[in-house]
Amino acid sequence: MSESTTRDVLDPLRNLFAYDAAKVTVMFLGIWALFYAFGTQLGYGNTGLLALVRRVTFLSAVYGIVVLALNIQWGYAGLFNIGVAGFMAVGAYTVAMLSSSPTGAPPGLGLPLPIGIIGGMLAATLVGLVAALPALRLKADYLAIVTVALSEIIRIFYNTPAFADITGGASGFDNLPTNPVNALLLQDPTNTVSEPTAVGEVVFSFFSSFGVERFVAIPTVYTVGVLVALLVVYLVLERTGKSPYGRVLKAIREDETAAQSLGKDTQNFKVRAFALGCGLMGLAGILWFAMGPRASITPVTFRPNITFYIFIALIIGGAGSNMGSVLGGALFASLLFEAPPVVRNIITNAFEVSADPANLIEALVPIASGELMPLAGFLLNNIDTLRFMGMGLLLVVLVQRRPDGLLGARKETAAGVSLAADTRPGHSNAAAENGGDDDE
Amino acid sequence: MSNAGDDIADAEVPEDVDIPEDIEPEGADSEIEKGAKEVPHGLPLRVEGLRKEFGGITAVDGASFEVEEGSLTGLIGPNGAGKSTTFNCITGVHEPTAGDVYFRGEEVTGLRPHEIAQRGLVRTFQIARQLDEMTVLENVMLAPGGQKGESITRSVVPGLRGQVVTQERDLREEAWETLEFFELDHLATEYAGNLSGGQRKLLELARALMTDPDVMLLDEPFAGVNPTLEEKLLDRIHDLREQGLTFLLVEHDMDLIMENCEHVIVMHQGRVLDEGPPEQIQNNEEVIEAYLGGNV
Amino acid sequence: MEANATVERGLRAARRSPGAAVVWAVAAVLLLDLLAKLVGVSMGPFETPWFALWFGGDVPISEVVGLAWSGVVIGAVIGLASIGLSLTYSILNFANFAHGDYLTVGAFSGWAVTYVIAGIGGLLALTETVVNAVTGLGQSRAGDVDLVSLVLLRTPPLDAGANIWLSPVAIVVGLVVAVAMTVVVALVLDRFVYRPMRDADGISLLIASIGVAFMLRYLVAFVFGNSRRIVTSTEQLPSMNVAEAVTDALPFLGPARGSIIIDLHEVTLVVVAAVLMFGLHILLQQTKLGKAMRAMADNRALAQVTGIPTERVIKSTWLIGAGLTGAAGYLLVLSQGGLGFQTGWLLLLLIFAAVIMGGIGSIYGAIAGGLVIGLASRMSLIWLQGDLSSFARPTAFALMILILLFRPSGIFGGVKTA
Repeated sequence: MSESTTRDVLDPLRNLFAYDAAKVTVMFLGIWALFYAFGTQLGYGNTGLLALVRRVTFLSAVYGIVVLALNIQWGYAGLFNIGVAGFMAVGAYTVAMLSSSPTGAPPGLGLPLPIGIIGGMLAATLVGLVAALPALRLKADYLAIVTVALSEIIRIFYNTPAFADITGGASGFDNLPTNPVNALLLQDPTNTVSEPTAVGEVVFSFFSSFGVERFVAIPTVYTVGVLVALLVVYLVLERTGKSPYGRVLKAIREDETAAQSLGKDTQNFKVRAFALGCGLMGLAGILWFAMGPRASITPVTFRPNITFYIFIALIIGGAGSNMGSVLGGALFASLLFEAPPVVRNIITNAFEVSADPANLIEALVPIASGELMPLAGFLLNNIDTLRFMGMGLLLVVLVQRRPDGLLGARKETAAGVSLAADTRPGHSNAAAENGGDDDE
Repeated sequence: MSNAGDDIADAEVPEDVDIPEDIEPEGADSEIEKGAKEVPHGLPLRVEGLRKEFGGITAVDGASFEVEEGSLTGLIGPNGAGKSTTFNCITGVHEPTAGDVYFRGEEVTGLRPHEIAQRGLVRTFQIARQLDEMTVLENVMLAPGGQKGESITRSVVPGLRGQVVTQERDLREEAWETLEFFELDHLATEYAGNLSGGQRKLLELARALMTDPDVMLLDEPFAGVNPTLEEKLLDRIHDLREQGLTFLLVEHDMDLIMENCEHVIVMHQGRVLDEGPPEQIQNNEEVIEAYLGGNV
Repeated sequence: MEANATVERGLRAARRSPGAAVVWAVAAVLLLDLLAKLVGVSMGPFETPWFALWFGGDVPISEVVGLAWSGVVIGAVIGLASIGLSLTYSILNFANFAHGDYLTVGAFSGWAVTYVIAGIGGLLALTETVVNAVTGLGQSRAGDVDLVSLVLLRTPPLDAGANIWLSPVAIVVGLVVAVAMTVVVALVLDRFVYRPMRDADGISLLIASIGVAFMLRYLVAFVFGNSRRIVTSTEQLPSMNVAEAVTDALPFLGPARGSIIIDLHEVTLVVVAAVLMFGLHILLQQTKLGKAMRAMADNRALAQVTGIPTERVIKSTWLIGAGLTGAAGYLLVLSQGGLGFQTGWLLLLLIFAAVIMGGIGSIYGAIAGGLVIGLASRMSLIWLQGDLSSFARPTAFALMILILLFRPSGIFGGVKTA
């Protein structure tokens, strides 16, 4: 028994490192190489380079987590939740309310951070359940409208001056909980230049041997922590997917009536999938906004736009695939979100585009006289806007041409054991062993 | 809703012996309950005054019939006779407007589809509902009830997943056996969406069988199936009957019903026109009339 | 006896759907409370563990009427815009998340034209300027106005003087352009985005519409910039204090306790919206289009088989829907003055709320739903005073969620009236 159990624990890991890990590693190496090249182009030193790469990695990782959470809802169970921003907000706000210092403004309860994190996830789950219990009966597009409205209600609730004493109102919850990495590395976690702890001593000296300064080293360690969280979330969802539970979810997505006719209480499965997804969205909100390197919890962050980014990422990766979710999240965060402004900086540095027309017409008129610089300058200045237009176009093209996503295989088998042809009883044992049946 | 149902049951069939309300007061003890599971008591299926209206249209208009233990009962009737609606009302897809459905003497009227299926009354569909993006093996392994791995916690938490994997292994073995029984084993790793029409019907039957049913309702299982596969399907149904399963079968093909069923129910315009052994049905003028009238 | 039966029926309904019963109970309490507030009856406070509750109070009738009027104004805009959303939802079978941005496109394109005409000094002056520019004769008047700033809506409102009293022609032309431009954009988008996906499921189309929403919204931001601006001028704009007028006319009512100001822009909005709605009603009554639309909403394949030119009906749907939405965007800005690239997007959920309330596919339902949502979002301010006023929008959203949960076919019983 114990032997088989330990093998169980290792199974997904083994799968991971056999195949999926390779994909992820290659992708992250690619992203790092690209941004390293960007940074070198911009003439960054080690500190700047690491800061750039770290930032991309962090965003990729948090996107990965929240895209995975959405995948269990939409990809597996077919629940079209476009209130992701709201559930992240609940997670982030709750952890801040529970674990921030009681002396700050707005005051927190000062509970230990782990309790705060669990509380934040539970709160997001709970809000999800309140929404889900009645709304999951509705048609998919109605659920979409209900969830997006709910996320706006949540945001406006946090935004209102009526509860500003508790939530910070429109200016946000300024009094953030202590970052666990600061607590680990520094004797005074609120002060970056304070004496390091014993662990901090080792870490800082390691980083400084590469000439990397402390204010980059701390968020780097935090980012590694977020990567670990991503791995854990991935393993949890991978196991959830590759189990009888995931099988029923898949069946519901395909044909709910068929699943019911086989005695599956589909409502119950959907509610649990929704709750699990919402809890993980809460976790993503916590890691991203309550404790991240540029943490800030403001209502404006949780506008529906962020939900749509996450959807784009999931569609790039391919709904229904956990690995695709991780890849999609990382690709979206790095190439679509982080890269354009960096590229702009590179271009403006390299080509001396100094033209700065105030508007499109001033940029277009000079073309008549053969001058392209004003237009180039205008485009570069508005690269953020162009990026959003590009995202919209990408979404349309993806839905039209590649509805199953660019990367993911929706057809991952949902079972706790291999379902290959050689698992057939009476099939020769040698073949089974050579066939790589991972559970025997 | 159930109130109205009770009223009708009381009013129309006061002397019926199989209603659980009549049995339970005598000794609603766990012993009897246990006995009930080992030797199923009561008729496998009894439908009493079933009515279903959609808007102003009455699809089923007071149908009553019974299905005998271990029988292969055929339900026939011209198009629009209300056969599929009757099926849908029995299996909880539609809530009947009036009337009652008893399964093993227990009222199951208005229960949700999964609750009815969990009790052992399992159906297949006229148009096979295979799950396209799942393999044949996955389709079949989906069906059994009581799977430990349907709990997220058990599936995820290290230490507990062992049980899930063990059960999955047993299930996989059972699934392979079932597929062999239906001669689908060579397609086990194929996606269900790639199967032919007849293979889909076989798969659906195999999947329904994996739920370990007591009574199976088959909605036109032979529609669009080639003669060879039809033969195979019929053989399987007869095999299963010998193992004690009860079947209620909706079918268009009169000859097939007359050859294979020992009891036939004829529906026409939402009512039961006649029921009895095939010979009796074949000689019933009214039935012939209904069929001819329906067709012309 | 009769009353008993009614009570019994009510109780049975309450047992069957306790949620709906709660909703009705809350509505009844609020109505009683409003009446008490108007009459000036106050009861309480009733202590709860957290706060004290008062029943009734003292709210001047002028305040209630004023809120109701502004509810009607915003409701007319929402109603106008929700017709299009309701039609595309039922006929093309998807929730169009870009609908709000169609409204933005209409508002910006219409107001750019209005600005140019008003800024130059009227249509005549504009023609003169164009003729001058083309022929090279005469003296250009455009010399002393900054055309670029006008087109991009960057001139301060007082300088442009866009106002129905000072430059009615500019407003009318702007409204026409808003309608036309929105129709063109909608048809082009249908051709390239939605038409290739006619057979796709509702969710794929919904996702595509989110993509379209992003493209349109940020295209507007790209051209016009992302700052919010005021574009209407209230210079010399006629307005009227209705409360005073009423008390003057009926002196026995005593002096007015507050004021209800209604200006010509609001009146224009309500009148134009009503005319457009009535025009649509006539159009659908007089032509076969209404029937064809209903047939398509019910079953597109069947409609196609029975010889309904589905593509043409879809085009007409976009034409009507987008045209009215463009008009709604233009009129919204006329009454509120402000305009930004997010204007339509922020209104979208309220439009959805109206559509759902009216029952998807019902034009009259959408209009009524718009009014209900408009009134609810404004009238709720009677209870949501001070800091709580930011809950006016969530109130409308909550209303929509409740409708979806308890009456998904809409409060008007899901009668299809295309």
